[in-house]
Amino acid sequence: MTTTIPQQPTPASAGPKQALLEASGVIMRFGGLTAVRDVSLTVNGGEIVGLIGPNGAGKTTFFNCLTGLYVPTEGTVSYRGTVLPPKPHLVTQAGIARTFQNIRLFANMTVLENVLVGRHTRTREGLFSAIVRGPGFHRAERASRERAMELLEFTGLAAKADHLARNLPYGEQRKLEIARALASEPGLLLLDEPTAGMNPQETRATEELVFAIRDQGIAVLVIEHDMRFIFNLCDRVAVLVQGEKLVEGSSEVVQNDERVIAAYLGEPFEGTPQSAPEAAPADAPESAPAGAPDDDEAPENDEQQENDK
Amino acid sequence: MTDIPLATAEAAVAGTDTGRRAAPYLPMPRTAARAATLAGAVISIASTFMSWTYTTDFPGDLTVSGYPGGLQIMTLIAAILTGVVALGAFGTPGLRWLNPSRSPNSVLLLALATLGTTWYTVIDIAAKLGGFANLDPGGFVAFIGALVLFAGALGLPIDRRPQEPAGAEYYELGRFEKYAAVVRTYVWLREARLHHSDLRVADARKLNPWLQRLVIVVVYALGLKILTFGLATDYSDIFIGYLIVVAVGFWGLGASGLLKQFQQLTHRNRRFSATVGVIAAIAYPFVQNNEHWANLGVSVLIVGTVALGLNIVVGLTGLLDLGYVAFLGVGAYAAALVSGSQFSIWSGVQFPFWAAAITGMVAACVFGVLIGAPTLRLRGDYLAIVTLGFGEIFRIVVRNLDGVSGPKITNGPNGIAQIPDLSVFGYNLGDNHSMGSFTLGRFANYYLLMLLITVIVVLVFTRAADSRIGRSWIAIREDETAATAMGINGFRVKLVAFALGASLAGLAGTVFAHVTNSVVPDPYQFSGPVPPNSAFLLAAVVLGGMGTVSGPILGAALLYVIPEKLDFLSKYELFAFGLALVLIMRFRPEGIIPNRRRQLEFHEDEELAPGNRPMGDDTVPAATAGA
Repeated sequence: MTTTIPQQPTPASAGPKQALLEASGVIMRFGGLTAVRDVSLTVNGGEIVGLIGPNGAGKTTFFNCLTGLYVPTEGTVSYRGTVLPPKPHLVTQAGIARTFQNIRLFANMTVLENVLVGRHTRTREGLFSAIVRGPGFHRAERASRERAMELLEFTGLAAKADHLARNLPYGEQRKLEIARALASEPGLLLLDEPTAGMNPQETRATEELVFAIRDQGIAVLVIEHDMRFIFNLCDRVAVLVQGEKLVEGSSEVVQNDERVIAAYLGEPFEGTPQSAPEAAPADAPESAPAGAPDDDEAPENDEQQENDK
Repeated sequence: MTDIPLATAEAAVAGTDTGRRAAPYLPMPRTAARAATLAGAVISIASTFMSWTYTTDFPGDLTVSGYPGGLQIMTLIAAILTGVVALGAFGTPGLRWLNPSRSPNSVLLLALATLGTTWYTVIDIAAKLGGFANLDPGGFVAFIGALVLFAGALGLPIDRRPQEPAGAEYYELGRFEKYAAVVRTYVWLREARLHHSDLRVADARKLNPWLQRLVIVVVYALGLKILTFGLATDYSDIFIGYLIVVAVGFWGLGASGLLKQFQQLTHRNRRFSATVGVIAAIAYPFVQNNEHWANLGVSVLIVGTVALGLNIVVGLTGLLDLGYVAFLGVGAYAAALVSGSQFSIWSGVQFPFWAAAITGMVAACVFGVLIGAPTLRLRGDYLAIVTLGFGEIFRIVVRNLDGVSGPKITNGPNGIAQIPDLSVFGYNLGDNHSMGSFTLGRFANYYLLMLLITVIVVLVFTRAADSRIGRSWIAIREDETAATAMGINGFRVKLVAFALGASLAGLAGTVFAHVTNSVVPDPYQFSGPVPPNSAFLLAAVVLGGMGTVSGPILGAALLYVIPEKLDFLSKYELFAFGLALVLIMRFRPEGIIPNRRRQLEFHEDEELAPGNRPMGDDTVPAATAGA
């Protein structure tokens, strides 16, 4: 994998410590169920932030609130200081791109076409120009294709540009989702479980890819169950449990927080022999989700599909 | 976790058993099978020069010796084709190019075409005239010849599916699995399936480029000849024989690999073949210099063009529109109102054609936006129901704008009659025009005008499909949520597709109004016996192939011409439609002309055999949906 990302003039590149995304007091209710309870989160420029939590904690729901797929019941999400309208295409236009937990590629389009669709917000050619095919159309089309090929090279998919997306192996479909998201030239990339179902080598490669994206000046917010991946990668980690943000901080802080351990492993019994108080917390968050990393947040998916209708 | 890894796993499993075996259906020595095939072909050919029946009562004169006529021509052509392709399959020097895949499957299928048309003729003679006594010796010779030919072809080593593994269980049979006879039949059927789609053929693109173009010209000329021959058949008996030969024959030529090679050629010389195709279409009214067939041609072009417009909405954007014919009606009524007809409320107004065409387009576009804006927020079945409702509302409203139930605009059920003929640059389309030895009648003139509009619509379709907006349509069809997350304004993009589809239908509607001389509300309904109705258009798109250019036009042509030629079908037309659609959905869900993408989608298990990647996948970018 190449680690040099093609240079792209990012619009108004944010300073490293400037707040890029600010979600404040986001509440999401589905009828009587409160899936997200008053969550606030800030992502600064050039930062990789992790979002973890047990299954059903509301991570994907929170993501959907950020990207406009859900309209939050209360609270606001702002990007670079302006409040985002809850419309997915306007959020993407503003500069936030995302991937999906259960891969949602355009299965019957080629790999290149998938990335070209990602370029939608950064090109202007409408129906009329497509029919007339003036020089401007050809120029824009060529530029889009070049940029898309650069991104495919960046993610290591250039050789498969003309394959149908559905025929790619699983790991490459994940990469293609990231390439497609990058095509919209985002300032912030939201990754929803980018390494789910991957083997350790693929996870390692994805880690490098995320670092390379960060080095390009794109901030990343990532949901993941793989604790080693999260703690290697993230500058800051936030923990969601039952819709509430339990704790936020550096890897060490989160790893040693007793409430986090309790959320994953349960409360210790009264009178349990405290044999190795130091060893247990260090391993706990890592081993707990590893037992069922592929067991997705089923209730959230159902909600999402319901909402799609 | 998602369906995708499962799908890849299934493909991997399916990929392991895509072997092929070559085995005859009738076990006999190879030489005997070859000899029987060739002898059968020769006997069949010879029989067509004999008299088949005593009387001339049977359609097409089959009583003449020494000169094939009527249905005998079908047998003659099919038998000759079978013979030469068989010689090619046997490796005869000089004829090998006729069977590039060298598979005897093409021989078998062509023999089936010969058998089908010959036996159909013989049985039809017996049925029509009352018994086999009405057959001349020639009829019996043909009967036997076709049988020998087919039996010989069954003895050839046919490429087919591998043998089912011993002890395999067939859960799909459900409770019938208990019965050994059922299972045996099922296994036999599974093993009997032909398998030739992935046979390798020589790359036709290596030919001399000028030779490639010559081949394209010759093939298009042949196609035009075949088409006009079929249209000119006078009796439905002959047309059925023709259909058998053409349909099964094309299947056979597909098995021989010739069609694949021709596809390679047209793909390489895309612009050239498109030009030749248009020239062939222009030549049609000259070759078929007869007003009746020109009328058929213009009708086919109109429904084909409207189906192509519907294809933008249904095939590319994935919006099921069941009221599409209303837009054709809007265009037709708009054109009729400004045509200068004395029944129009603006009877003094007569727009020139270009202005009328724009009026029709704009009216349909406005109507499309008005209907689309509230409905396109719905998805799937809900959208289908709402569009169905709006389509019917259009017809009922138009029926009622008669001055009694509502304001007098459309004259209600009487419609707007006596629409004057168009005049383009002083060329009155209603008059006969002589061009050398050809006379272009009224319908031929309209045919040429409609052809121009079809070409425009094809251009709009292909160009829009292969662009930013076209990609966003397809993205919405594939996954609307992901598409909006990629920054596509789903509502706006869908509305553009809806409005563009409506405008193209409106454009076709302006010509439709003038061709038919009058507009009445009745044809613009959801489903009915007269062609331009929504169900017909949708059937044309699905039958022909969604997302392609040639598919809907071919589908519309078939659906229009076949009932036209087979008059006995008129009572069962809708039934036959339904049956055809069910069969197509079951056996060829991607339509007659598959979109490269959809072909991959539906036949993944067959196409993904290791080392046999289909050419659409990695050798040629599937850039245009209508490639």
